[in-house]
Amino acid sequence: MIPLEQIKSRIESAIPGARLEIILNGSPSGQNSLLVDNEHAVPIAKFLRDDPALRLDYCSNATGVDWLDLELTEKVKVKKVVDGVEKEVEEVKKTKRPGYLEAVYHLYSMELKHGPVIIRMRTENRTDNVHLPSLTPLWRGCEFQEREIFDLYGILFDDHPDLRRILMWDGFKDYPMRKDYVEPDDYEYEPTPHDEVLERTRKHHGPEAKA
Amino acid sequence: MSADFGVRELVPAPQTCDSSSRELMMEQGADKSVPSKNYEILPKTLPDGSAEGELLEVAMGPQHPSTHGVFRMDVVLDGERVVKLKPVFGYLHRNHEKIAEGASYLASMPYTDRLDYFCSLANNWAYALSVEKLAGLQPSERAEYIRVITAELTRLLNHSCLIGFLLQDMGASGTPLMYAFREREKILDLFESLTGARMMCNYMRFGGCRCDLPAGWLDEAKKVAGNFPRFLDEFERLLAENEILIARTQGVGVLSKELAVNAGITGPMLRASGVNYDIRKVDKYGIYERFPFRVPLGEHGDVYDRYMIRLLEMRESLKILEQALKDIPAGPIMDPKAKIRGFRPKVGEAYGRIEAAKGELGFYLISDGGPNPYRYRVRPPSLINLTVLEDTCLGQTVADVVIILGSVDIVLGEVDR
Repeated sequence: MIPLEQIKSRIESAIPGARLEIILNGSPSGQNSLLVDNEHAVPIAKFLRDDPALRLDYCSNATGVDWLDLELTEKVKVKKVVDGVEKEVEEVKKTKRPGYLEAVYHLYSMELKHGPVIIRMRTENRTDNVHLPSLTPLWRGCEFQEREIFDLYGILFDDHPDLRRILMWDGFKDYPMRKDYVEPDDYEYEPTPHDEVLERTRKHHGPEAKA
Repeated sequence: MSADFGVRELVPAPQTCDSSSRELMMEQGADKSVPSKNYEILPKTLPDGSAEGELLEVAMGPQHPSTHGVFRMDVVLDGERVVKLKPVFGYLHRNHEKIAEGASYLASMPYTDRLDYFCSLANNWAYALSVEKLAGLQPSERAEYIRVITAELTRLLNHSCLIGFLLQDMGASGTPLMYAFREREKILDLFESLTGARMMCNYMRFGGCRCDLPAGWLDEAKKVAGNFPRFLDEFERLLAENEILIARTQGVGVLSKELAVNAGITGPMLRASGVNYDIRKVDKYGIYERFPFRVPLGEHGDVYDRYMIRLLEMRESLKILEQALKDIPAGPIMDPKAKIRGFRPKVGEAYGRIEAAKGELGFYLISDGGPNPYRYRVRPPSLINLTVLEDTCLGQTVADVVIILGSVDIVLGEVDR
């Protein structure tokens, strides 16, 4: 298996303008991953799939991760004049990292029997209107898994052939795997025909439809 | 009796209820608010735009007996041929992943049993393997052997039952399934004496196993494994050359090699299409490199190949079992470094996978240094193997859809999670 740094430089030479970043993994598993920019994600994935030395023809796992807004605290040494004497004082500097949603793909090669190469894509924010390019046109195996990410995390995959909810029901509004999802008080609640549903019913069956 | 089956006089059916009550029933049946049917008739248009005939949209499931649980297929039929098929899941969804994010690492172990409830020990192993990767634990030698033995017993159990179910779907009512269940019972007895539970075993721990083998267990296991080939011979004599089985399965539900790889199909279904990819051989997780075994491959990728691959795989599993039961060393069953209380892996992530009976079962874990996983993801083989259900069913008849689904081998506890 080619080391990740080499894969990165090969992609950079093959696809001009691709912005890549290696995300290091602190755990003993040592599975580092490659952060891919959204504009070039599809050509990069295509390169990984078709390159004769890599041939990552099998996308095993595709999943979403939710990262909340985070306040990073950093201790910085600052020179300050205290009581007329210049001193080095430690100050806590706070920076805010805006939250984002992430899609993670684990790629393997069935032909050359190596892997995994992990690629990730990040959205800009955590709103309800976040888009990522779909990799389903390259690997059919992502089809249901990207639908699941859409269903549970709310990432909209562009160019996905059939992006619908998969596990939750069609009328469901929220994204239950997000970290700030609030569970309903009453699990037995079922939408009854009023308000919005009634309106849709009337549109369908005519104005005499009853609640 | 004469062989004359010619024209017979039509006898009017006897009136079982008087006409007034019949009318009443008709009236009730005409109530628009109650849907009286679960099908829809669509106009069929030819390429030139003219209408000819009708298409029928049927919902197969969620209570259809062939779906092995609560699973629905929206099938559009042209006569008896399938034109379109969309699987619908989620009836058993309980957001396993979200629940696991709120529980400690160990507390999710019993819940993994409920994923693929036929193979709870394989699920345990996949989860334990991922956490061991995340935390850098090395299970003890004896525990590795126990894991291999239990996982291979699970594979025997799953494959024999699957063949039983497949034959049941084909109309061989009862007999093959009951033969398979007879063998399953023996293996479940082994599990019960080892773990205390027959199906929900909750046996493996991070860095080993929960308890050591009880006295005499190995001999019992040897006996069960030793008698298993006789059952397989019997099964094969009964089925392999059965004319009906061949007629129903050969050339049905063909899955090409290229599509199987691209769609991420794993397990026996992939190997039936002729792709040599067995994670036991590729990753060599656990101690699998110590056991010589072959990977059976199919040629046509049809239902018959999928059935045959499972039969052959059981024989290979028996080879592994025989050697593992002979070689198992004495020693501790837990890694002494492993912590049960206050288990907090370092910040990082890990993806671990095993070759479960249904395909690649993977767990993707992210740790933020806390006692609970930050992200816990199950890569369910059953769900992803259903990706090609439509491709394999197109152009086949409804009766074949049932056996194609049966040959995919799904368990809804894992599909819906």
